[in-house]
Amino acid sequence: MNEPRHGQTLSEQIFSRKLGRPVAAGELVVVEPDVAMGHDSLTPGIIKIMREELGISRVAYPEQIVLVMDHVAPASTVGTANAQAYIREFAKEQGIRLFDIGRGICHQVLVEEGIAAPGKIVIGSDSHSTSYGAVSAFGCGMGSTDIALCWGTGKTWFRVPQSLRIEVSGSFNIGVDAKDLALWLCRQLTIDGANYQAIEYHGLDNLPLYERQTLCSMAIELGAKAGLFPTPSYVGAPGPGLLKIDHDAKYARTFTVELNQLEPQVAIPHSVDDVVDLSAVAGEPIDVVFLGTCTNGRAEDIAKAANIIQGRQLKTRMIVSPASSRELQRSLADGTLQTLLSAGATITTPGCGPCMGRHQGTLADNERCLSTGNRNFRGRMGSPESKIYLASPAVAAATALTGVISDPRLVGVSGNQIDQPFEVENEYV
Amino acid sequence: MSRIWKFGSDVDTDQIVPGRYAPYMRPNEDVGTAAFIEAHPEFNRQAKPGDLILANNNFGCGSSREYAPLALKRRQIKAILATSFARIFYRNAINLGIPLFVVPGLYDQVDDGVEADLDVAAATLTVDGSRFELPQLPEFAQSIISAGGIVNYVREHGSFPGEKSRMAVPQ
Repeated sequence: MNEPRHGQTLSEQIFSRKLGRPVAAGELVVVEPDVAMGHDSLTPGIIKIMREELGISRVAYPEQIVLVMDHVAPASTVGTANAQAYIREFAKEQGIRLFDIGRGICHQVLVEEGIAAPGKIVIGSDSHSTSYGAVSAFGCGMGSTDIALCWGTGKTWFRVPQSLRIEVSGSFNIGVDAKDLALWLCRQLTIDGANYQAIEYHGLDNLPLYERQTLCSMAIELGAKAGLFPTPSYVGAPGPGLLKIDHDAKYARTFTVELNQLEPQVAIPHSVDDVVDLSAVAGEPIDVVFLGTCTNGRAEDIAKAANIIQGRQLKTRMIVSPASSRELQRSLADGTLQTLLSAGATITTPGCGPCMGRHQGTLADNERCLSTGNRNFRGRMGSPESKIYLASPAVAAATALTGVISDPRLVGVSGNQIDQPFEVENEYV
Repeated sequence: MSRIWKFGSDVDTDQIVPGRYAPYMRPNEDVGTAAFIEAHPEFNRQAKPGDLILANNNFGCGSSREYAPLALKRRQIKAILATSFARIFYRNAINLGIPLFVVPGLYDQVDDGVEADLDVAAATLTVDGSRFELPQLPEFAQSIISAGGIVNYVREHGSFPGEKSRMAVPQ
């Protein structure tokens, strides 16, 4: 392979390795992605496009494909049940890996299983496929036709994206974490601030995996095609290659953040880039708190909330949807779930939960939800008359305790309790 | 003549078709009936085949749901003109063969509800006697749209635009 004339962004590194030649931002390339994921919500339609429109009856590479049942899990209607039965039959007939209901959210499962791994190209029928950048994979969301074409031919096309570098310095204040940083980036860069670009997160070498997942899942909320971290030392999963920052790489833009300046952030209805300091909305009443999603459904997120809630009763309803069966078991093993259940929380099947308003906590007219999810578009979680606020697990816990949007540092717990170091026994190897 | 339906900036795919109205949730309904069902009920009830959408920045942001542009295709929207499009929507719409035009500056010059005449091939829009030359999409995108979408393109050519090798696709 010829050496490139200048350094490469993480995206350029991934596409160059895949194609066996140096490629640069702007090039149109056709590649065989390492993984093409589909979930229950769209897979029936993808199968239909492949079979009926493309006229292909068997997928090109069964081992390239992964199916996950997470969007309505378990099925809530006859229609969704029939769709899921159809997917199970397809997986069996074609020899495709299927993670059935209860296993968890696709973006969590693929990381846990090592299917998304450093240097790989992972496409998914879900916009939050940017999540795979947490383990240095080029994760990219696509529509059903693109996924169907990939299943049928093994290939897809990309324009190698330009990259936006987020240069982070300092450390998080107590009660502030990666979710606040993700919301801050939405606030500063806006909802299309990284449209068509890949985001790279620099200066966060010690950030644990679950917080990397939080940030990368929300890269799409800036419009990004991918959100990538250089490979952390604790990710040892096999993959085409570890990624290192190349300081000679060319970036379309660099945006700097000083973490010590960051306060807890809240996205207010109805846009993910309508973000304010928590103090601007503190005291606003909330009916239900939702803790979960591909953005904040890991055991560490759930433990952060439980540490604040410990021994007290909730004033709102609280729905907790662990990101996967593994995260559910981790939360069970250390007593976190007991803490939350004793306080009055509801635990759902691992999966997407009420994030899309389809089941497990659809919002009523005029209800106000504070969610740790990633989208607060009007009607996203239910009634178009409902309102969604987005915040961190710590803010979610404080809010569930008080019934109004609350700062986790002001609800009678010590700083240590808020940011209690959580043992990460979670190396995805 | 086509009626222009004007939308603002950052119209997300939850507005175009709420997730609760996905084909997954309503397998026996045409998704076209859900187009802007909550966000713009007048469009939902009155949009006619051949009508045009004119939006400001970042049209179609959010979810990757292809049934959002599909709903607009089912309603036979002739084209979508916007100051800019969100990436996944742009790609999905082109894949479905929906003519798109990225037209900075047009948004403020055309009112909601007016009648307009769009010549897709010539890339011109005529409104009240004013004629606008519309910038064309990149060539690969135009070639997909002219074929009627990426499925037709790949079936006709046996390859993606710009790709040299051929794929095993029934012609």
